[in-house]
Formats: sequence, structure tokens, C-alpha cells
Amino acid sequence: MIRDWLTQLVQLAAVLVLAPLLTGVTRKVKARLLRRRGPPLLQPYRDLLKLIRKETVVAENASWLFRSAPYVIFATTWVAAALIPTFATGLTFSAGADLIVIVGLLGTARFFLALAGLDVGTSFGGIGSSREMMFASLAEPAMLMVVFTVSLFAGSTQLSTISAYMLGPQMGLSISLALAIVALIIVSLAENARIPVDNPATHLELTMVHEAMILEYSGRHLAVIEAAASLKLLLYMSLIACMFAPWGTAVAGGGAAAYSIGLVAYAIKLAVGGFLLVVFETATAKMRVFRVPEFLGVALMLGLLGAMLLFVSRVSQ
Amino acid sequence: MSTSIGVLALWGLLGVPALGALLLAAIPGYRLSAALNVAFCALTLTSAALLYTHRPEPTLYLLVDDFNTVFLIVGALVGFTTSLFSAGYIAHELQGRRLKRRDLRFYHGMYQLLMLAMNVALVSNNIGLMWVAVEVATLTTVVMVGIYRTNAALEAAWKYFILGSVGIALALFGTILVYLAAQEQLGQGVVAMAWDRLVAGSAAFDPALLNLSFVFLLLGYGTKVGLAPLHAWLPDAHAEGPTPISAVLSGLLLNVALFALLRFKLIMAGNPAVISPGPMMVALGLLSLLFAGFMIFRRRDIKRMFAYSSIEHMGIITLAFGLGGPLANFAGLLHMAMHSLTKSGIFFGVGYISQLEGTQRIADIRGLTHSQPFLGWLLVAAVAAIAGMPPFGVFTAEFLLVTSTFARAPWLAVPLVVGILIAFSALMLRLHGLAFGPSEKRHSLPAYRLTPMVIHLILVGVAGIYLPAPIVEWFRNVAAMLGD
Amino acid sequence: MTALDSDIAHLLAGSMVLVSFLLLYQDRMFALLNVFALHACVLSFSVGWQAYLQNAPHLFITAVIALVFKGVVIPVTLHRIVVRLGIHRSIETVVSVGPTMLFGIALVALSIVVMLPVTVAAGAFVREDLAFALSIVLLGLLMMVTRRNAVSQVIGFMSLENGLVLAATGARGMPLVVEISVAFSVLIAFIVIGIFLFRIRERFDTVELQALDMSRGETE
Repeated sequence: MIRDWLTQLVQLAAVLVLAPLLTGVTRKVKARLLRRRGPPLLQPYRDLLKLIRKETVVAENASWLFRSAPYVIFATTWVAAALIPTFATGLTFSAGADLIVIVGLLGTARFFLALAGLDVGTSFGGIGSSREMMFASLAEPAMLMVVFTVSLFAGSTQLSTISAYMLGPQMGLSISLALAIVALIIVSLAENARIPVDNPATHLELTMVHEAMILEYSGRHLAVIEAAASLKLLLYMSLIACMFAPWGTAVAGGGAAAYSIGLVAYAIKLAVGGFLLVVFETATAKMRVFRVPEFLGVALMLGLLGAMLLFVSRVSQ
Repeated sequence: MSTSIGVLALWGLLGVPALGALLLAAIPGYRLSAALNVAFCALTLTSAALLYTHRPEPTLYLLVDDFNTVFLIVGALVGFTTSLFSAGYIAHELQGRRLKRRDLRFYHGMYQLLMLAMNVALVSNNIGLMWVAVEVATLTTVVMVGIYRTNAALEAAWKYFILGSVGIALALFGTILVYLAAQEQLGQGVVAMAWDRLVAGSAAFDPALLNLSFVFLLLGYGTKVGLAPLHAWLPDAHAEGPTPISAVLSGLLLNVALFALLRFKLIMAGNPAVISPGPMMVALGLLSLLFAGFMIFRRRDIKRMFAYSSIEHMGIITLAFGLGGPLANFAGLLHMAMHSLTKSGIFFGVGYISQLEGTQRIADIRGLTHSQPFLGWLLVAAVAAIAGMPPFGVFTAEFLLVTSTFARAPWLAVPLVVGILIAFSALMLRLHGLAFGPSEKRHSLPAYRLTPMVIHLILVGVAGIYLPAPIVEWFRNVAAMLGD
Repeated sequence: MTALDSDIAHLLAGSMVLVSFLLLYQDRMFALLNVFALHACVLSFSVGWQAYLQNAPHLFITAVIALVFKGVVIPVTLHRIVVRLGIHRSIETVVSVGPTMLFGIALVALSIVVMLPVTVAAGAFVREDLAFALSIVLLGLLMMVTRRNAVSQVIGFMSLENGLVLAATGARGMPLVVEISVAFSVLIAFIVIGIFLFRIRERFDTVELQALDMSRGETE
């Protein structure tokens, strides 16, 4: 009993600790691909510590929302990331580790972020928030379609069940899953403000989306938001790994050996995911903002099509 | 003995046009081609006539019964007279530089190919073969519509191609669905596509599948019949193609498409659980009738006007067959035969008119009874016939239909009569300007050129007053076969 | 038929629907021709797989015809025609891409809703196959209606034909007529494309259908 709780807390802490490392690794690999040396791997930790120590400057006309939004965003993203099975499925909180819950938590985070961008009344915040909402209006339905497709397969929206199903024998070749993976990848790129949707390293205001919303933040607020952004990236990678590449994941109560294997497998999946992301980012150019709805529309179409194809094959059997 | 003559006749019906297509495409001299065209069509007509009395045994692919002999004979007759008309007409087109010699070779070859395709469609027992034949017929006419290569002709041919192909594709989907329904009962393979087996066994087929298939078939073949709202290709194709092709389109191809539709209606009729196809056909027929009737008023091109008249009449015929019952079916058959003869006769006349006057615009054609009296008065008679005046056959058919409608579905009779009257008034209005009125021109046209038109009008006129008993019996049998 | 076999069949048929959407999305001529070649290839794989599963050797012929004619010959020929006649390389649409795709999804849903209840008695693959075939037919129709270019209309029509071939494959044992019709329509489409595009290009400077429509005789 205590062991289960401890394992769950380990997962909770692990995601928090690993997230900046993932960000650091992606930045390093990207720099290397571009033939630069790049920042040290642990730089994100140093950045976070630096930001926490700095003075927090808040605009005069900022409301309570501005001050509390970072914490809300961080909290919801951390909970969502902690719910997703990383090295083991079926942990204590796994009853709540439902895809719909995760989508809801991420939606809450996005909501508060957008409001915070609007709160101070600057135009850049406005641009960022409106763009973010435009992307969200397409990305959320696409995400939900992916959820439908995957849960039609597994018979449940619970991540542990989905993982177990994917490992199981009834799983065959399926076009709907392929479409779902592609759609999920597109949605992840959009949600994490990655190229081709948004450049995470940009400082040009006209091209910002995510950066524009957090432009007014500083000090510990900014630290918390940056941590949340790293957590979000980790979250999406864990989600893809858990749903579509569940090999090596331990089952709860499997013992220390299984957990270790699970951890190693998880680390490998993160590394591979990070590498693939970086390669894709380096090879692609950022899209113009008005083309992003088309891009996300593709994800929505693929999700819808996957769900419908699956529906047909289920009904006709 | 009679069966072997029947087999010979069937071979003639199919083999002569096939041979003709190959031969005429190869012969360079257009006069010889035109003469051979007429000869081949005459042979086809004799074969068709022979098939009336001597029937070969039905096979899985070919079938000759009372139903398709009606269409065969009417079709072969119209084909023959049109080839006579075409021989005279085309020479003028060549002189007028609208066509080149190479085009004529092509034209004659395609004409025979069209005859072949239509005959195959009519005698086929296999629903797939029927579909292929209708598609080939469509494609040959598409090519021929575009033969003048003017902007308008190309547009008309393109529109016809696209719409015709879409219709054909939908019809194929319907055919596949029928096969699917049949295959469960009759087993896989050619047997499940044989029409006579399908009709016999349709009571056991899945009604939902048959319902859906008929929708597709109605949309698909209905496009080829020219029913509104799927008619968009018809006016352009008639107006821009050479006049013999307009005659053949109106007089033959529309009938063949309707025939295909009726074959499937018979299959549907065998299964009581299927939604009756009759009301759908009545609805589309009525829509075509009313729509076309109104459209005739506004037309400024003479061929287009008569094209809309074709839509109107096909609407009436579809309505008749949709209504069902012995009298309405008889009326439908009679109307179809009369319409083929009259409409092609009209187009014969219109072809010469447009050649003599040099234009197809109604506003520019005046006083034909003065400029070319024989042609003018023939046109008056023909338009009166197609508008539904007694004593011509179209009137008889319409009268029978209206009677049947009053008896079976009185509420339908009102729009039917209204539609007929609208078209009648429109045609008469236009005729007045065309035929009467002053004209200083004097055209010379050798009277023998108008023989085909005269033959058609005489046939239609006689049929309106007196139908020989064997023919009445024949039509009655088919009407009974078509059922409710 | 094992689960893997039916999965592969489902995969191939579903891919055809996906490629139909891809066709609908294209707005450049050469990309359109390439995607159409892909469509024909997926069709031939699908038909070939069915030929293997159903033990119907005549379907192999259909597969080869689809691959050779529609996958190679026709796209290459159209490519040459586009280059030689200098046809505009971008395709204008009547409705923008987004609503077109949504409407396409609606059409797929419609065909599923129509076909599945009707084919209850038939086997699993037949039901799927017909539902997908009808979707491909309707998507081809949508493409013909929403694209303002003669070449894309022809491509839309040919993708519609592909859908019909898929349907005919699903209806087991449909005899050689399928092959005849396939070869026929391919051949004639070829001829007609050739004649018309050449002639259309001679008369107009483009194959834009709006230009074509100016000669509408409907008011005559």
C-alpha cells in the first residue's frame, strides 16, 4: 500500500525532474545538428533557478488572474503529466488517468494562459492569445478524435487499459491507428509551440504565439511557466509513448526489477522522441500563421477519418 | 427452323453494324460511305424486322422478347431513315466547309458503332453487358457532338461527356448492387447477372439493397434519358452536334436509356417488399414535363427548342411507365414509338431549314411556307404532331395516358394536362413565327430529300387513326409484361 | 481469412479513401497527377489482395490494368499534355479547401450510414468495401463539382471509376465484364482527354472551365 503510494510519488517527482532535462537535450541536439556547440544539458535547471531568484515585476494594471495564472497552469500540467503512465501502468492514481481528464486539464491550462496573455492589455498578449485560441479550436477536436479512435480500439479511455490493449494479442495492423498517430503528432507539435507551428526560440513578436502570451511575465512567475512548458512537452511525448509504443512498461506491483526496466525503457523512448522531434524541426520551416489552421485541419480530418474507418470495420463485423 | 432464322437475324442485327463500323472508318470516299451507311442500316432494319417473328433461344448474354423488339424495330427504322437524311445533309456540310473529309470517315464509322452499341444494349440479357453497351453509345455520341469543333460544340461535348459519364458511373454502382442482391440467391458468376433469372428470382432478394440500387439506377440512367434535373447536357448536345446526331439522340438513345431503366423496374416489380419505383418515375417525369414546357417558351435556337420538347416527351413517357397498369403502359409504348418517329422527322426538317436559312436562331427564320412551301408545310404538320394535335399518333398516346391517369390517380391528371398544354402552346407560338409570316427568300430543295420526313409523318399520322391488330396485340403483351 | 488478412484488406480500402481526400486537397497540377497515380496504385494493390483472398485470378488482370494504365500511362500522358499545352499549373476551387474537406467527411459519413444497414446479410469485407467504394465515388463527384479545371474534372471522374472498380471487386464473382468496362473506360477516357484537351486548348487559351462556360448556350 505504502509502496504503491511511494511509486506514484516517484512518478510525480520524476516527471518534474526529467522535464527540464528533456528540454535541455532537445536544445543540445538541435544545436549539434546545426553544427553549433549548444548550451549545456543542465542549462534549463540553471535558468529556472536564476529566474526564481530574480525580482518579479508585475504591471500596475494586472489583476489577481495575472498573479495566480502561472501556478494554476503549472499545477494542472504537472498533474496531467504525472497521471500518464511513464515506467509503469496501473499506479494508484491510474483510475483518474483518463484521456478525457488529461484533455480537460490541458484545456484548463490553456484557458488560463490565454487569459493571462489578455490580462495586462498589451497588443502582443492579445495576438498571442487569439492565435492560441484559433489553433486550439482545431487542435482540441483533432485530439478528441484521436481519443475516440484509440478508445474505440481499447474499449476504454483509461490510459492503463489502452496500454495493455496495445500490448495484447488482439492488436493487428490498422490504418485507423496510423491515422491517429499522425494526427496526434500534428496536435502535439501545435500544442507545444514547435516548428512548424510556432518557433520556441523566437524573439520576433510577430511570429510568436506562446512567447507572446508570456511576454509580460518575469521572475518566479516566468520560472513556473517555463517549467510548465517543459512539462507539457514531456507530457505529450509520454502520451505518445504510452499509447503507441508501450513496450517495456512495467505493470503495477511488478517489483523493483520491472520498474527499473520500465524506467530505462521510458528514458529510451524519451530520447528517441526528442531526437525525432529535433530532426523534424530542423528539416522543416515554420509555417505562416494563417496556414496553421490548414495544418491542424489535416489533423482533424485524419482523426475523423480514422474514427470513421474504425467504426466501419467494427460495425461490419 | 424459325429459331435458326432467329439466330441469323440476331447475328445480322449485331454483325452488320460491327462490320459497317470497321469498313466505313476505312473508306475514304464520303459518297460511297454514305451509300454504304444506308445499306448497312437497311440490313439492320431487316434483321430487326425478322426478329419480330423469329426469336432465337435466350442465352445468358442475349435475349430477344416482345419488349425489346418494339425498341429494336423503332430504333432500326429511325436509324435507317436518319442515314438517308444524313447522306444528303452531310454533303452540304462538306461543301460548306464545316466538316472535312477525314471527319466524315470518322462520322460514318461512329454512326455504325452507335447502331451496334444500341442494338447490343437492347438485346442483352446480361445487365453488365447492357451497361457497357450504353456507355459505348454515350461515348460515340459525345465524340460526334463535338465534331464541328467550334467553341460551343466543344463545350456541349464536354458537358455531355462529364454528365453522361457521371450518370453511367452511378448506373454501374446500381448494377453492382443488383448483382450483389442477386448473388446471394443465384450464386456468383454470370448467372446472377442474367436479366431473366433476376426477374424470376427477385422475390427472394434483399429489398433494402434493391431499393438503394434503384435509386442509383434511376439517377444514372435517368441522366441519359434526359429527365430534369439531370438534363443539363441534352439541349447543348442537340444544338451543337450535327442534325443527324440530334435525330438519333432524340429518337434512339433516350429510348435505349429508358429501356434499361424499365428492365430494372421489372426486376424491382418482382419483389413486393421493395419500394415501388413507379412514384419516383412519376415524380421525375412530371418535373421534366413541367420544367421543359416552360423552358420551350424562352428558347431562341430552334434545335434547342426541340431538344426541350424531347425532354418534355420523355418526361411524359416516364410518367406513363411509372403510373403502370395496362392502359398507361400501352400509352407509354405508343408514345415512345411515335415520339421517336416524329422528333427525328422534325430534326430532318430542321436540319434542312438551318442549312437553307444559314442560321439556327428562331428570330431569323421566318415564313417557311413561303420560302420553301413543301418543307414549310411539312414542318407545320410535324410540329402539330409533336405538340399533340389529332389525328397524329402522339395525340392518341397522350389521350390514352390522360384517360388512364384520370381513372387511377386523378390528382395527377391536372398537372399532366397543364404540362401538355403549356408545351403545346409554346410550340404553336414558335411555329407561327417560323412557318408563317412574310418572307422574300425562295429556297430550292429537291423534294426527294424530304422523303424520310414524309415517311415518318405518314407513319405517325396513320398510327394515330388506325393501328393494325397484330401491333395492338404486341403492345398489349408488352404492357401486361410491364405490370403495375 | 485470418484477422491479419482482413486487416490488410481494410487497410488498403481505407487508404484509398485517404488518398481520395489527398486528391481533394491538391491545388497544383503535377501534384494532383502524382496523387492520382498513387490512388491507382493503391487500387491495384487492393484489388490484387482481394484476388489473392477470394481466389479469383481474373481480378489480378484488373489489378494489373489499373496499375499500368491508371497508375503509369495516364498520369504520364496527362503530364505531357499539361506541359505541352501550357495549361495553368494551379487549380482554382469553387469552395475553399477547408469546407470542401469537411463536406467530404460528411459524404463519407453519409455513405457509411447508407451502405452499412443495407448490406447486413453480406460478409464483413463486402460491407466495408461497398461503404468505402461509395465514399470514393462521392468524393470523386465532389472533386468534379468543386474544381474549376477540365483536367481535374477528368481526374475526379477517374477516381470515381476507381471507386466503382473497388465496389465491383467486393461483389464477389462479378464476371469479366468488369475488366472489359475497366479497359474500355480507360481507353476511351484516354482518347477523349486527348481530343478534347487538344481542341479545347486550341480554341481557348486555358482549360479553365469558367472560360468554357462563357459560351453557355443556356440562354439561347
